[in-house]
Order: sequence, then C-alpha cells, then structure tokens
Amino acid sequence: MGIEERILEILVSNKPGVLARVAGVFGRLGYNIESLCVAETISPEISRITSITNADADFIEKVKKQLGRLVDVIEVTEQLPGQSAQREMILIGMTLNQKNRQEALQTIAMFDCKIISMRNNYCIIQVAGSREEVETVISFLKPLGVDKIARTGVLALQQTKK
Amino acid sequence: MELNGSQILLRALMNEGVDTIFGYPGGSILDIHDELFKSSFKHILVRHEQGAAHAADGYARSSGKVGVCLVTSGPGATNTVTGIATAYMDSIPMVIVTGQVPTPFIGTDAFQEVDITGITRPCTKHNFLVRHIDELANTVREAFYIARSGRPGPVLIDLPKDVMRAMTEYREPVSPSQGSAEPVYLPDAGPLTETVNLIKKAKKPVLLIGGGVIHGRATAELIEFAHKVNIPVTSTLMGLGGFPGTDPLWMGMLGMHGTYYANMAISDCDLLITVGVRFSDRVTGRLATFASNATIVQIDIDATSINKNVLVHIPIVSDCRSALIQLNALLDRNGLEKIREGREDWITRIGEWRTEGPMSYCQGEAIKPQCVIETLYRMTKGDAIVATEVGQNQMWAAQFFRFDKPNTFLTSGGLGTMGYGFPAAIGAQVAFPDRLVVDIAGDGSIQMNIQELATAVNYKLPVKVVILNNGYLGMVRQWQELFYEKRYANTGIGGQVPDFVKLAEAYGALGLRAVKPGEVEATLAKGLEHPGPVLMDFVVEAEEKVFPMVNPGASLTDMKLSSGIGM
Repeated sequence: MGIEERILEILVSNKPGVLARVAGVFGRLGYNIESLCVAETISPEISRITSITNADADFIEKVKKQLGRLVDVIEVTEQLPGQSAQREMILIGMTLNQKNRQEALQTIAMFDCKIISMRNNYCIIQVAGSREEVETVISFLKPLGVDKIARTGVLALQQTKK
Repeated sequence: MELNGSQILLRALMNEGVDTIFGYPGGSILDIHDELFKSSFKHILVRHEQGAAHAADGYARSSGKVGVCLVTSGPGATNTVTGIATAYMDSIPMVIVTGQVPTPFIGTDAFQEVDITGITRPCTKHNFLVRHIDELANTVREAFYIARSGRPGPVLIDLPKDVMRAMTEYREPVSPSQGSAEPVYLPDAGPLTETVNLIKKAKKPVLLIGGGVIHGRATAELIEFAHKVNIPVTSTLMGLGGFPGTDPLWMGMLGMHGTYYANMAISDCDLLITVGVRFSDRVTGRLATFASNATIVQIDIDATSINKNVLVHIPIVSDCRSALIQLNALLDRNGLEKIREGREDWITRIGEWRTEGPMSYCQGEAIKPQCVIETLYRMTKGDAIVATEVGQNQMWAAQFFRFDKPNTFLTSGGLGTMGYGFPAAIGAQVAFPDRLVVDIAGDGSIQMNIQELATAVNYKLPVKVVILNNGYLGMVRQWQELFYEKRYANTGIGGQVPDFVKLAEAYGALGLRAVKPGEVEATLAKGLEHPGPVLMDFVVEAEEKVFPMVNPGASLTDMKLSSGIGM
C-alpha cells in the first residue's frame, strides 16, 4: 500500500478543547495533518472534522482506535475515493496588469472560477472543485503572479445515507 | 433549594458513594474546604499533592472504588501530574478535583493559574473545565462514569473559584449520554468457539494474565477456567494477585525479571491465551521471538491494546469477566477430562524447567534483600496489602512474595514512579484500617515522598515500611554494572544518609534497623507487632542484583540467571 493520502471524517461533540484532543492523537503518533476542516453539522451539538494525512496503511487502524478512546469523539470513518464526494475551495489573491490580464481572465473563464472582489486591480478569485482541479488552476495562475492563497482543505461526504 | 458550587460538588460526590478525599488546601480551593469542614467527609491531609494523588490511587487499587483527590490551582494541580500519569498508565479509576482561578482571570497569568486541563490532556482518560455552575452536578456524574467504565482511568475536573461560589437551584444529575462514554463490551460468539477448539487441540498452552483481570474482577472465573482445562498461568507485574500465587498451575511473573520457567514456557507454547494484558516491552522482550510458535488469543476491553505491539490471531474485545464466563460455559459441554489429561507432558516439562532454574539466591555475610521479602511473606502468611516503590525493591517483591488475592499488590507498573509506594500504602490503609499494609521500598525511592510520614503519624495509620537499604539507586546501578562497565555515575546515595531510624523518630514513628542476617526476623516481628507506623531499615548487600534478567530488546529465552551465567 505505501504512503497515500488518507481522508478521515471525525464526528465530535461541538465543545471547547475537542479539536486540541483530536489533533493531539495525530501529533503523538507522529502524523502530520495536511489539511483540516472543522464546522458544525446539521445538529449544532456535533461538529464534523475532515482531515487529510499522508500515511501508510496502518494509520487508519491506529488513529481510529486512539480517536475512539476520546470521550468527545462520536464516530470515525475513512473516506475512500469513489465512495465519497470530495471538494475543496480556494481563494487566490493577485494583481491584474497589462501583462497578465488577458491570460488570467481566460483561465478564470476556462475553469469556471469567479472573481469575488476587485479593488485597484487587485482581485480575489474563488476556485472550487476536486483537489486535482484546484491544483490545475493554481498551476495555471502561478506563473501569472499569484500573491497569496487560502484553502479550505478537502471536504468529503460519504455517498450513502447515514 | 439554592446551593453554592462547593455544596453541589460535595453533594454530587456523596451521590457517587465517596466518603474519603485525599487533598491539600490552597487559595483557589478554600471554599470547598470550608464546606468540607461542615460535612461528614473524611479528608486526609497529606504533605505534598503528589502524595494525595498516589494515596487516592492506592485507595482505588486496594478497594476497587474510585479514588478522589482535591487540590488547589497552579502548583497544587501540577504536583498531582505524576500521580495522574501513574494512574493513567495502570488504568486506575480516579477523580482529581483541582481549584482554578475565577473564570474572568483564566488566561491572564493570574496568581497560581495554570492550564491544568491542557497539561493533563495526554495523561487523563478525560478532563473537564467547569465554566458554569449549571454544568457542575452533571460533570461530576459523568467524570465518575468515565473513570469507572470500560478500561478505567483518571478523570480531572478543573473548578474555577467563581463557579464554587455561584448559587443555583440543585438538580439531581442525569446519567451520562450514550455517546460520551464507552459501552460495555461483550464478546462475540465466533472467536470464543474458535478459542475452545484451539484449547482442545493445543498440546502446550499458556494463560497470560494482566491488570485487566483485577480491574475486571475476573479472578474467580479465571481460576475456574484455568483448572477446567488445566492450563499453566503466568502474569505481568500488573496481574499479580489476579491468580493465586500458591496455585499449582502458577508459574510466577514473566518478562524482563520473570521466572526462568515462565519465560521458557511462553517461548515454547503452541497456544497463548492472554486476558487483560497490553504486551508492554518489559513483558515481551524481543517481539520477533515472543511466543513465536503460538496461536495467540487476546481478550481485552480496550481495542487499542489489540495488535498494538503483538499481532494476535484471535482478538476478543470484551470485558475479561464476561469472556471468561462464556468460555467456561462453552467448555461445560466438552470432554474436559480428556483435555486435562492431555496436558500432563506439558506440565511435566514446565516442572523440569522449574528444577533447572528455580527462583533462588545465595545467602552471604550481609542481609540479602530477597531474604527480607521471603521472611516477610512467611511471617505474614501472605495476608497483607503490599505496596512497592520502583526498581529492585519492586522486582524482588514481585518475585518473592506470593500474592493470592487481587487488589493486594500496589505497584506503579507502567510509569514506574519512584515515590509511589508509601503514599499508596497510606491510601490502602485508609481504605482498610484493620489490615496489614506494607510498603517495600528502596533507600532511594522512599525519599521521594518521605514527607508523608507526617500523614501516617497524624492519622495513626500503621503502615509498615520495609526499606531495602543498599546505598544505591539499585536498579540503575545494576544496569551500570551490566551495560556501562561499572561506571556508577550518580547512583551512590550514601546508605546512612539520612539515618532512617532517627528520621522515623523525628516524625514520631518507630524506627528499626537490621544489619545482620540474624536480625531480620526479630526486626520484622517487632515492626509488624507495633501498633503505629514503622520504618524498618534493612542494610542489605549493596551489589545484589535482580535475576533472572532478560536484557532490554533480547528474547525471553536469553536470560541471565546470576552474575556471569547465561542460559
């Protein structure tokens, strides 16, 4: 199996300190969290944590069991590709000028992105899609002078009823 | 009726059946002490908060109840951390209540403020910061539930001073919600039947037990099981007392300082059934050769213990007692007589190993520490609660005292905390005022919590401390002798400093000393007879070592049985 990207969905009580406990389990076992998304679910007392870690196969068993020991953790599920829908959103800030304007606008149109704010030629571009798609957009815009990026990290939902 | 936070805390504790608290006052916890003063709780005032935590632990280990510890904020709270980590590693149910600065001051570096929930997050089963008085009663209920349920452990409640002083209408706490605590695990039928089939086929089976048998109160079921199918039993340090040390099937402890025959048997067995163990590195030695010929069945309540260090063939996630009850029931229908008879060759083989490498030592001019423990065992007939410190004293106690009943051996197995034994013995003596409680100590570790002599004297707790005084931090010195070419860096601690007899007298306890082998029995007799706390200083052979010994990382069959001889 080797080192692969692994997505975990962790349902937890929506309480102070819970994220620190969850992150503590990853850290103690020596795993880095590549991306992390935390927000309230449809029930306000429960939060959904979606995390990505690059790890080998025993990661899931180890982390799942250790997370299961935390009182505030309700459920841990691995999100397997093909069984869950995955999306990431990023915001890109860049200045448009004579040199890059045309190519930048073409890229934005081609990938169905959106300029959500524009002030003195400085624009913020919204990109949403699979991880691959957003990476492609970044690779197109980067040579045109990207100033900064904010990304949500991957969100994932299992394609079955709960 | 309106009650303040302190009153609610005490009422909630009373609801959980608490009558004894180990603690030390301070600014942030004064309100609770003021209520305690008016209540019927027994509060044992220690001399250092670490002592309070270990005493609550000893109380819990000996009685099976949840130990409760009450300390102030800041240094009071941090002083309990070693005690909390000790309990966490050995799965001991405890509730620690710490005072905290008032909520508006949290995060301002206020006087005696520390983020104790942050500090103890990795060494508690769970912890709480109570921010509002309306959460208090439920928090206490939940804390006790978490401490006791599943694999037990310490739970900390951090209580800000303004919450203690706030008033609210008291409401009976509700039982904890399903989601927030572990369910009771019952075993699946499939693996149990498979285990029974393996038992029938096995020629060389071994039962390995651990602390889970004691926490799970499974001793009676275990004895029934072992005898039904005639399987020899060995144990980790934490499991001692879980199976009678005088039973013919008993092989003694295994592992780094286990018996020759237990280590040989586990390395040769074809079926290993483990009950409530987590396969510590001190137990397994080199993992690649650990029980490498055996099919392994692991019964444990904690799924994280399974396949963590040793890959097992049949995992059974279950409360130990429930699994053993079901195994016993399944075995009733089978030809037990035949199974039992089939074991004779194996039991004879273990008997031969026992003759080849018995537990022994050589008498000499000086007192041998093992002899002190054997004499203590003989004189008490084993009827005592024995606490230990950590190091050689702990290993000799585990090897030469035979524990027949659960909850009678109190030792820091996982964390290996020097200074644990004496306060733990105090806690056990509080739980059982009429029983004989002995702390087996070294001259190093006894000094780590020696201040608790004042506690023992003040409450007239007749704890007997047996100091095996070799003038060294003995186990570390043993490692220096064996692995660091006898460079005894910082392990010689002087032997006669302090003078333990005078020290005991200064505290108002009885101090006794023995320097010759002939004085051991008389000194123990005098000490055990004395109605109050006693410190017995046995000046023992300075360079005596603990054997057998498996070097760290070596296979269990690779044992040194005495200086210079390997087998």
